[in-house]
Amino acid sequence: MAEKIATREAFGKAIAAMSAEYPELVVLDADLAGATKSGEFKKACPERFLDMGIAEANMVGVSAGLATCGKKPFCCSFAMFTAGRAYEQVRNSVAYPHLNVKVVGSHGGLSVGEDGATHQCIEDLSLMRTIPGMTVVNPCDGAEMRAAVKALLEYDGPAYLRLGRSAVETVTGYESGEHTFTLGKGVTLRDGTDVTVVATGMMVQLALQAAETLEEEGISVRVLDFHTIKPLDKELLQKAAEETGAIVTSEEHNVIGGLGSAVAEFVSCHCPVPVIRHGVKDEFGRSGKAAAVLEAYGLTAEVLAKCVRHAVEKKAGPKQ
Amino acid sequence: MERKEQKELAITAAKARLLAVEAVHRCASGHPGGSLSVLDVLTVLYFHTMRVDPKNPRDPGRDRFVLSKGHCTPALYATLALRGYYDVKELDLFRSIDGHMSGHPDMVNVPGVDMSTGSLGQGISAAVGMALAGKLDNKDYRVYAALGDGEIEEGQVWEAAMAAAKYGLDNLCAVVDVNGLQIDGATADVMPSEPLDAKFAAFNWNVIHVDGHDIPAIAAAFDVAKTVKGRPTVLLAKTTKGKGVPFMENDAGWHGKAPSDEQLEQARAALNEQIKEWEAM
Repeated sequence: MAEKIATREAFGKAIAAMSAEYPELVVLDADLAGATKSGEFKKACPERFLDMGIAEANMVGVSAGLATCGKKPFCCSFAMFTAGRAYEQVRNSVAYPHLNVKVVGSHGGLSVGEDGATHQCIEDLSLMRTIPGMTVVNPCDGAEMRAAVKALLEYDGPAYLRLGRSAVETVTGYESGEHTFTLGKGVTLRDGTDVTVVATGMMVQLALQAAETLEEEGISVRVLDFHTIKPLDKELLQKAAEETGAIVTSEEHNVIGGLGSAVAEFVSCHCPVPVIRHGVKDEFGRSGKAAAVLEAYGLTAEVLAKCVRHAVEKKAGPKQ
Repeated sequence: MERKEQKELAITAAKARLLAVEAVHRCASGHPGGSLSVLDVLTVLYFHTMRVDPKNPRDPGRDRFVLSKGHCTPALYATLALRGYYDVKELDLFRSIDGHMSGHPDMVNVPGVDMSTGSLGQGISAAVGMALAGKLDNKDYRVYAALGDGEIEEGQVWEAAMAAAKYGLDNLCAVVDVNGLQIDGATADVMPSEPLDAKFAAFNWNVIHVDGHDIPAIAAAFDVAKTVKGRPTVLLAKTTKGKGVPFMENDAGWHGKAPSDEQLEQARAALNEQIKEWEAM
């Protein structure tokens, strides 16, 4: 059976496992090591774990200073507090001098669940993407997270890494050798000819489910896993637009500013086809069990399938 | 400090003041007031206290300096030029689209700048990170940071202060340039921050009061800081905003304003007079 693990869990284990291989790796957290799973690194390598207290702005700045001295800091908290609260520190202290700091945002999106809107960050991908020179990564499963952590350790520059709270099915084939992970390169998880779903994070799993359903209806859906939102895989997108003629984006994020916007920005200019954006419709989340919140906001395979049908209709043009 | 060195440093500081005011005048933009107030501290750091080599500005073993009050580039860029990191002529392109001498410190493009700063409150955190890296690597370099007394209204400064004390960063020495003025007026009116000594002491820092224009005293304070173990030190440097240019002194209006042609001549006359006086001593 495929592994089912939250990407935060995979993240924690991955950085802990890589502590010996990367002596410059230091991990910082703002009193959420248990939740972000950076605590795994603390267990493995306490001397290079820095608990900075509930002070994210300082944590990001300290990370910048560490990076100027050759360290590879990963600074972790909830997405709301690294990408959100400390946005300007990320922009000015990390990205502007292009320092090798990995900003980690756990509990991205609505699947935070019970904590509600104040902790459900649906703007992080957007905020981080608009900073010049930032790389923005949002893996969909445990295997992809492990590959992403390794790639980010090898990459010398500022990046944002989103982690999810809930356990997710493994759908990628990195560990069997079926897929290879390259920052900025999407992964084709399912081929199709009528329409393409470009998904990121845990929406990838839902996209695959929707594609199954739609196959039965005679709609052939290509599913692309965009673990990197920036830089965007333009080549794969252009090919998808040209070959399938319609695109649906899907993300656990506001439909404004994230993957959907990034795809629409590119497609509208280089290969115009209909782009339907599936995500949170510019509203705040609320408390509830993760699955219930996702359902309440339409982040389900069913609603995604509807978006796909709509895209196919759009592609056909106006009814005669 | 020997009298001869004091004289040399005082002349260097006056020359840096002149370069700073000229740079601001040339591009009709920039921050002369706080640049002039912090220049004696910068001169002592770069010409006396810090272990740096302008020919090898990225030497991993060097002492570091972070200008957390980043708007005072006229002071930093002038000091780095006089110290030999680059030619004084580079200052001609301060704040100009034709060069890379940006309005706020740019570590990517300006040799000798250890951290890009400008957004207040952020530099001190980076300095804490540098000092932490030194501790992690058992290196003996020291880290210095200059903050404004307006800047410390930023909450991040106190987050950084807590972290520096937590990690016992005795390789970190901050200087607060206490000139008493910020953009909108006196710090006492805009947002009272005194007593600064009690605040830093409560954050478990070693606190030293110093006259921020008394060169031997500043140098001695940095020496004392080196001997303090287990906690960071802050120098509360009492200064005069606009120091050395009489019509700019103690006037918040000169925080971010360029002098006219005529005012530049007045500033030149005053600073050249100070240089002459020191040379005659």
